[in-house]
Amino acid sequence: MNERLRNVPDLPTHYLTEEQQALADQASKFFFSEFHHLNAEMDDTDDLSPSIFPKLGEMGYLGLNVAPEFGGAGLDFTSACIITEELSRASAAIGLSHVAHDNLCVNNIYRNANDDLRRKYLPGLCDGSLIGALGLTEPGAGSDALGSMRTTARKDGDHYVLNGSKIFITNGPIADIVLVYAKTSPEKGAKGISAFIVETDTPGFKVAQKLNKMGFRGSPTGELVFEDCRVPAKNMVGKPDGGVAVTMSGLDLERAIVCFNAMGIARRALEISIDYAKTRQQFGKPIASFQMVQAMLAEMYTEIEAARSLSLRTAAMCEGLEEGEGGRGEIHKLTAAAIFKAAAATSFVLDRAVQIHGGSGYMRDTEVNRLYRTGRVLEVGAGTQEVRKLIISGELLKNI
Amino acid sequence: MNVQAEPGMAALAAIKANYSLTPEQRQIVDHVDRVAREILHPLQEKMDAEEWWPEDLFRQMGELGLLGITAPEELGGSGQNEFTQALVSETISKWNPAVGLSHGAHDNLCLNNILRNGSDEQVRKYVPGLCSGELVGALGLTEPGAGSDALGSMATGAVRDGNDYVINGSKIYITNGPIADVILVYAKTDKAKGAKGISAFIVETDNPGFKVAQKLDKMGFRGSPTGELVFEDCRVPASAMIGAENSGVSVVMSGLDLERAMVASVCVGMAERALELALDYARIREQFGKPIASFQMVQSKLAEIYIEVETARAFGYRALAACVGLPKGAGGRGEIHKLTAAACLYAGEAFNKAVTEACHIHGGSGYMQDTEINRLYRANKLLEIGAGTSEVRKIIIAEELLRA
Repeated sequence: MNERLRNVPDLPTHYLTEEQQALADQASKFFFSEFHHLNAEMDDTDDLSPSIFPKLGEMGYLGLNVAPEFGGAGLDFTSACIITEELSRASAAIGLSHVAHDNLCVNNIYRNANDDLRRKYLPGLCDGSLIGALGLTEPGAGSDALGSMRTTARKDGDHYVLNGSKIFITNGPIADIVLVYAKTSPEKGAKGISAFIVETDTPGFKVAQKLNKMGFRGSPTGELVFEDCRVPAKNMVGKPDGGVAVTMSGLDLERAIVCFNAMGIARRALEISIDYAKTRQQFGKPIASFQMVQAMLAEMYTEIEAARSLSLRTAAMCEGLEEGEGGRGEIHKLTAAAIFKAAAATSFVLDRAVQIHGGSGYMRDTEVNRLYRTGRVLEVGAGTQEVRKLIISGELLKNI
Repeated sequence: MNVQAEPGMAALAAIKANYSLTPEQRQIVDHVDRVAREILHPLQEKMDAEEWWPEDLFRQMGELGLLGITAPEELGGSGQNEFTQALVSETISKWNPAVGLSHGAHDNLCLNNILRNGSDEQVRKYVPGLCSGELVGALGLTEPGAGSDALGSMATGAVRDGNDYVINGSKIYITNGPIADVILVYAKTDKAKGAKGISAFIVETDNPGFKVAQKLDKMGFRGSPTGELVFEDCRVPASAMIGAENSGVSVVMSGLDLERAMVASVCVGMAERALELALDYARIREQFGKPIASFQMVQSKLAEIYIEVETARAFGYRALAACVGLPKGAGGRGEIHKLTAAACLYAGEAFNKAVTEACHIHGGSGYMQDTEINRLYRANKLLEIGAGTSEVRKIIIAEELLRA
């Protein structure tokens, strides 16, 4: 019956295609062989080896969404998400530094900057000779990032003079290029924000401190200070006072791709939990033979695959999102929902993973403990869970 | 990694399309949504209050094109795949969960099972009537002593006698049981072989050895008739057997995988309706001088319901897409077994959370039996129990995870 419907290749799968799976497998193999063994030392020292970005660049894993003419890989957004997931699975910390560089900084420049800026900065960012970061959050501006932003950029001839500080900036301590948001018209509130490319050797820029994180150690995070930091006016990305569109559409993409940082971490936690449950013996048999442990494993799998399904759909819906689009409507709601779910699922999975590992999971130098310490911030960064829910309810209650 | 040219718009559109309904599916959903809202939604109240099933409803559904979604057009069906069948289920369940339940039991558990596993003769004999709604279908697996351990504890037996089989035993919690004309019944043909000694039969309910022992009184999904069925020396011809003798387990298990994926869709449809009702109420209901939707604690609940609905939908669609084209006899093991169990587990619990919060937003009025949200609230729990309890689903998942 229904022969014509059987195994029809062009029916939607609502999941990875075979080609996408092959991309994931290839990336996974490389990331595990190159990076997985570095995790313990990165966690101890909280340093990122200088060889990592060039290596990622050499293998074509930087500038994932950037056109080849600028040195990028020319991939679609979903492919970038798939690579992010596999990288995070092999190394959560490198996955975080990579996404801050490649999505928050590089892709934002690629999407919003003019050709001169693209030609100047993208080739170096794509081959790994330049490291990128993005500066939005400030000591006094977290959830209310736009409204409470105090960093300013004052026009002075053909320069802007930046003053203020940015905090919790991934790659901040090692970045060569920071995409910085600052208020060019403070009286206009969120509508008076502009985006700038700041080279970190500019006088007036400094790394006030490298911060000491609980997890994702090895991915350097810092506080940045701008003191009469003079940036050429041509380094503005987008239009004067046009920063809010850049931020908001960038944030939608950020939320969509960070789902995959979370999913990589959660999948790895499940993998090592299954291994542990099969080998660990108590009461004369593997703990995997007990139903309470089986229930935990089943719940972990279910949460991961549920969240992944939504994340993948969300990534697909981000394809072809135009510059300045996003920050409102269906995609704004969907990306907020996907990251909420991915983060909540990951927290749940990590908690159970440590539970299955028992006492050993509480030891800092185990892989599961390193993963466990990453989880918390996924519910905080790129908009807290609360901000995500405000976005969703705001959209749901619109158009009454 | 190979550097490639920037993806063109067509490539990006293809990625989006891979996570979207096809134009044909969209068209079908729009049609079903309209008729379900106009015709099935108004029936809710009386069905619930009086545990009433409108007598000609199956025939009416047949006329509206809601039956035989997976059956070929020459047999009176719509010629669609199981995914589209699930979309129909989802949409009907959104507007009338009781009809959705009866529809699913008829169209998927009975009709589609006969279609997948029956002989040409059986298909020709029953499917046209099931498609038009002249015949009502049901499936009989669960027994008083056989719930989660449906196969191992099955006590209903079928003994070969000449050209017939004689069935004895009983089945419980059978959706459509009290009104069915055709029931797909599982029975043990070789008790010594345990689960591997089960066969499937088509039983016509005018058989003198068949009777409905009782119609059961459910908390929710009221109106969809549920019953206990008894087989007393119920004699059926050997030609009523589906597939080979003692091959019932593969029919059950592959059918169950699909059933679980369908159950996920029923949950999604109902959860979506719970969200709509909660949104409407939160906008209109005023307290402290403003709509309760303006309070963050209510906004938080609305957002969480939305997240549950969309997560369950994305996961459910993925599981359904994986069921399409599943060869006969496949399923009941491996990736598809794990995936459908997980999607169903997730959706059942997501609906529980969604409808509990939606009911809560309705305050005191949500506790009143004659409100739509309360009817939906009472539909809760069943789908964490039927088609395998949440615990059975977890056992399936854990087994598959640990097998590797």
